[in-house]
Amino acid sequence: MDERELVIIGGGPAGMAAALSAREHGVRDVLLLERDRHLGGILNQCVHAGFGLVQFKEALTGPEYASRFIQSVRGTPDIEVRLGCFVADLKPGKVFTCLSHGNVSTIRARALIMATGCRERTREMIQIPGTRPAGVFSAGLAQKMINIEGLMPGREFVVIGSGDIGLIMARRLSLEGAHVKAVVEIQPHPVGLKRNVVQCLDDFAIPLYLSHRVLFIHGKDRVEAVDVAQVDESGSEIADTRFSLACDTVLVSVGLIPENELIEMAGVEVDRHTNEPVSSDLNYTSVHGLFVCGNAYRVYDIVDSVTRDSFLAGLQAADYLAECGGTE
Amino acid sequence: MSRTVGLTCIECPTGCALTVVVEEGKALSVEGFGCRRGRDYAIAEIECPVRILTTTVVAEGLSVRMVPVRTSGPIPRERLMDAMAEIRQARAQKQVRVGDVVIADILGLGVDIIATREVL
Repeated sequence: MDERELVIIGGGPAGMAAALSAREHGVRDVLLLERDRHLGGILNQCVHAGFGLVQFKEALTGPEYASRFIQSVRGTPDIEVRLGCFVADLKPGKVFTCLSHGNVSTIRARALIMATGCRERTREMIQIPGTRPAGVFSAGLAQKMINIEGLMPGREFVVIGSGDIGLIMARRLSLEGAHVKAVVEIQPHPVGLKRNVVQCLDDFAIPLYLSHRVLFIHGKDRVEAVDVAQVDESGSEIADTRFSLACDTVLVSVGLIPENELIEMAGVEVDRHTNEPVSSDLNYTSVHGLFVCGNAYRVYDIVDSVTRDSFLAGLQAADYLAECGGTE
Repeated sequence: MSRTVGLTCIECPTGCALTVVVEEGKALSVEGFGCRRGRDYAIAEIECPVRILTTTVVAEGLSVRMVPVRTSGPIPRERLMDAMAEIRQARAQKQVRVGDVVIADILGLGVDIIATREVL
């Protein structure tokens, strides 16, 4: 079994900031694990601009924001980066198994920072009735298909949810020549930033239906239409407001949940409702020396705040290691 | 005859509500901005709306399928789809670093399409 001083799981903005900060605060041995082939995490598929206004006083795209940290990590020889490395389990005592290029290995970390990010809520979680045709995607998956894989998931879209990801995808689809027929939002106000309503919807004349919900998804093999209706304050359908929108694809953009299955395996307390770690103070968990930072700790609005709080996680881990003299 | 136009600033997440007095297509005065960029945005939005375009270019023979790109500066909003049509025809065949030009002077607008990610 390999013994390491500090292991960070996840090479997105949270993991990279934590690694840089831990190194800066004197941790000699930092191992950063990333399951993808590249560092950067979700920023790589967020090709739109607007990141870094706080950290860099510039409006950067996601890949540009990531690249600043990737350069710093690469320029820090004491941070060992392993790409294509998937952590399959986590046991008490900060012992975990990773799969990497066909090899299985076990590592024990003296301190551990989990920077595993979050995942999207799904159609099932908001319980939209209807058939189960092809053509229902989470917005982030569609974003990955278009921006990373170069694939268009459909031609005529209805977007459920007016969070920033939904709004940004509505613009992205329009730029790529698709027809976005509507963004449907159950709340009486847009959930995403006002600037995104202007530059993502208004610029492309995409209708935003507030206080509306998708009641039904139709289609046999492929999505054919959705039924939409206005709802009252309790979310119930208002009579005689139902209409149908023909489309071949539905994007679901209804929020994110922290990804914390690994720490749950190790017996760390996780709130069943929010999937956030139960925590006394920022980045701390119920297990000493096991930290969670970034969107795995709680879902943040902007990446600049993830960077700020994950720098702190690196310092916290360094302090922990200094206090226990690098031993358990 | 002047008229009053309400805008939402898109320069940062704050999204200030701007009020612009407009006469014959010119912004006479701007109120509600929280910083200089908001004032500049309001004037441009009335006189010639511009946007930064971000998208992707198909890569050939490189380590990823798509190279993320942006315009090196703002372009007229009404040319976004024209720019997209040209970008769709382009292929990135050379390795790029962040900021490298992928398409020079797109549509003759004096703005380049630049890579936003290092692709080897």
